[in-house]
Amino acid sequence: MSTIFGIPAPALFGQILIGLINGSFYALLSLGLAVIFGLLRIINFAHGAQYMLGAFAAYLLLTYAGIGYWPSLILAPLLVGLLAVVIEKTMLSRLYGVDPLYGLLLTFGLALILEGLFRYWFGAAGQPYAAPQQLVGAYNLGFMFMPIYRGWVVIASLVVCIGTWLLIEKTRLGAYLRAATENATLVQAFGVNVPRLLTLTYGLGAALAAIAGVLAAPIYQVSPLMGTNIIIVVFAVVVVGGMGSILGAIITGYMLGVLEGLTKVFYPEASNIVIFVIMAIVLLVRPAGLFGREE
Amino acid sequence: MAVDTQYYAAQPRFRTSAVVFGVIAIAALLAAPFFFYPVLLMSMLCFALFACAFNLLIGYVGLLSFGHAAFFGGAAYFAAHAAKVWGWDPLGAVLLGAAGAAGMGLAIGFLAIRRQGIYFAMITLALSQMFAFICLQVPFTHGEDGIQGVPRGELLGLVDLNEPLAMYYFTLAIFLFGFFAIWRIVHSPFGNILKAIRENERRAISLGYRVDRYKLGAFVMSAALAGLAGGTKAIVFQFATLTDVQWQMSGEVILMTLLGGIGTMVGPAVGAALVVALQNYLAASNFPVTVLIGIIFVVCVLVFRRGIVGEILELARRRSKDAK
Amino acid sequence: MSNAPLLEVRGLNAWYGESHVLHGVDLDIREGETVTLLGRNGAGKTTTLRSIMGILRLREGAIRLRGEDILGLPLHKVAQAGIGYVPEERGIFASLNVSENLTLPPTVSKDGMSVEEIYELFPNLYERRSSQGTKLSGGEQQMLAIARVLRTGAKVILLDEPTEGLAPVIVQRIGDVLTALKKRGMTILLVEQNFRFARKVADRFYLMEDGRMVNAFPGHELDARMDELHEVLGV
Repeated sequence: MSTIFGIPAPALFGQILIGLINGSFYALLSLGLAVIFGLLRIINFAHGAQYMLGAFAAYLLLTYAGIGYWPSLILAPLLVGLLAVVIEKTMLSRLYGVDPLYGLLLTFGLALILEGLFRYWFGAAGQPYAAPQQLVGAYNLGFMFMPIYRGWVVIASLVVCIGTWLLIEKTRLGAYLRAATENATLVQAFGVNVPRLLTLTYGLGAALAAIAGVLAAPIYQVSPLMGTNIIIVVFAVVVVGGMGSILGAIITGYMLGVLEGLTKVFYPEASNIVIFVIMAIVLLVRPAGLFGREE
Repeated sequence: MAVDTQYYAAQPRFRTSAVVFGVIAIAALLAAPFFFYPVLLMSMLCFALFACAFNLLIGYVGLLSFGHAAFFGGAAYFAAHAAKVWGWDPLGAVLLGAAGAAGMGLAIGFLAIRRQGIYFAMITLALSQMFAFICLQVPFTHGEDGIQGVPRGELLGLVDLNEPLAMYYFTLAIFLFGFFAIWRIVHSPFGNILKAIRENERRAISLGYRVDRYKLGAFVMSAALAGLAGGTKAIVFQFATLTDVQWQMSGEVILMTLLGGIGTMVGPAVGAALVVALQNYLAASNFPVTVLIGIIFVVCVLVFRRGIVGEILELARRRSKDAK
Repeated sequence: MSNAPLLEVRGLNAWYGESHVLHGVDLDIREGETVTLLGRNGAGKTTTLRSIMGILRLREGAIRLRGEDILGLPLHKVAQAGIGYVPEERGIFASLNVSENLTLPPTVSKDGMSVEEIYELFPNLYERRSSQGTKLSGGEQQMLAIARVLRTGAKVILLDEPTEGLAPVIVQRIGDVLTALKKRGMTILLVEQNFRFARKVADRFYLMEDGRMVNAFPGHELDARMDELHEVLGV
């Protein structure tokens, strides 16, 4: 068996793959955070809860309505996005113009409510959710076995990330979004319904989190606590990447996921904290973040 | 994010009523253990001091720390370890906890003040989460079990703190010490500069203040006082666990402060007492406490951002304005 | 062409927070007219435009477009009702390229110029259509800001200090553009400090001081009133 730096190659590649998968979720979640923050100037603490809701929506659709993975991949983000639209209309929209910290506190409260309710209903333990039949099994890549579902997650999240990036950079809606991020009042003075744009953006960000949740459901278990644990890491990812750039958020997500996976190989004790350590180093060397512009 | 306290300080009538209020409050605190369950009161006092320490940062410098659990829970571990393993005097153990929290505050604050606003909140949250992971892994915290069976010991070899009343008055003394320390800080020239930074950071910079040093100073003080509260809690409850270092605890102290009134002197203490009482009350039922805490958060942010004490002060201010 | 004003402002008061900045402003613009607001810095000219547009929300009084009150409309509906805005700071978006900047405002009627017509009128915008909006020179940015509202088919254009900070040759170019727009029957409310520029295009003038309209006169009286104007404007 071949080894790299004294580590058996399959173990190394296996951890890199796990890192890529975690990175996929970091990328999807920090992308959503960045899109929301860009326009609404709010850090969406409920992002983790929305990710959890995505996973639960898939689980509940399957358990109570017999709706499987593929329709859930569309339905769950729609449902979560819809809930986010309601949240934006009834609550967040009242906070535009006040200190952005209140937006953080409000969404933190919402996260506690959602997490608390699901914990109350389903307990803290995770619920299993099977991968769709088409994606069960593994490929032999020669140097390692790759579970098909994991490969799918990496590809699907890449497609969603690139799709979102294209939406923002290449479409008319994206142009509204970019312009409103710079000067929302002026964009509205040109006749664009900015309040609706804000609502849609929050819904879109939440839907991205929900897609990540559905993708995650077969890998991790569906658990009420899955959201908050990951969102704090994603905050660190966002600090490292800086929220000024959509592409930056995506790249940083994958990069830190892989780094975390590598740490599991070489120094497993530090794998939980490596992203935070990198955040600390970035703060020392380049406070604005790797892709950030100092505002 | 704060109520204008300068206005009240400038009002002579208000100052007298503040003194009267203070005397009544201290008298009530002295008499309280004869009417209420002392452990509950001590819990309230520890959290009240924690919230007041947190408020020093959010209320007077405008910095939202989402990682204060690290200082509170970290100090609890330090104090518990000192009292149990090293057999330190309880006061020494508590002070060690505060000193340890101050050291952590220096490290975390040094990194966090490099960014502002929302980023500051995220950085403090991430670093405190890192600390929580470390606490889970290093041996001296005993992982999931925590440090159990911490002896309360004898204060300076004289007073047996296993006596509930003695423990209560020790806790009260620490709370009052911490509270007046905060009061002194806020009303000192240093505190005035902090408020100037909160109002307009750029102007403070252009006036030649080394804003970062003031922020870091305030951060360390806030961490040390939060540590004082956490260390005391470890002695009172005789254990230190992961609960106190986790992000939920950082959220709770934010809620206490928000509910009572950000930027008011007594608001955080009032908020802390209410939240502790509520948790105590709900502990018996199976209603999910997290959900209720979340709801209070949402309601506070949407309908009364000034908090209970802040709203009362605002009402008083409007009345005195109308009276003129 | 009817004689009823296309845009009619009556007794407009406006506030920035607690400070009262417009005091009972009256203003009429008939279809096809170019009207210029004169006044010192801080007289309330820009504020008047921002109040008509609805960017400044604390207002009282009446603003009517073709007899319909637009004061109560949300900001984006004002533009949709047919008012185009060219802000003083030009408002070119850095994250959009020139062509994206140009096509950003939604069209509000069919009367707007097509992108081809606009590029014909502003050939250098065509050349630089894929550059980042803020990489343009000041003059080009101003052209782009004007071009942007021409595409939408707005009935009235609010133009805030289009010549500010620009070289004489570009000022002249902007003057030509405005003349061309007038020929097309465009209705323009212009704020301008440079009244040598304004006299070439304006049919009428309004004079503002301390948030009030203090005088109004037709364009041909400008020369006769020069002394008075120099005094009020302090130039």
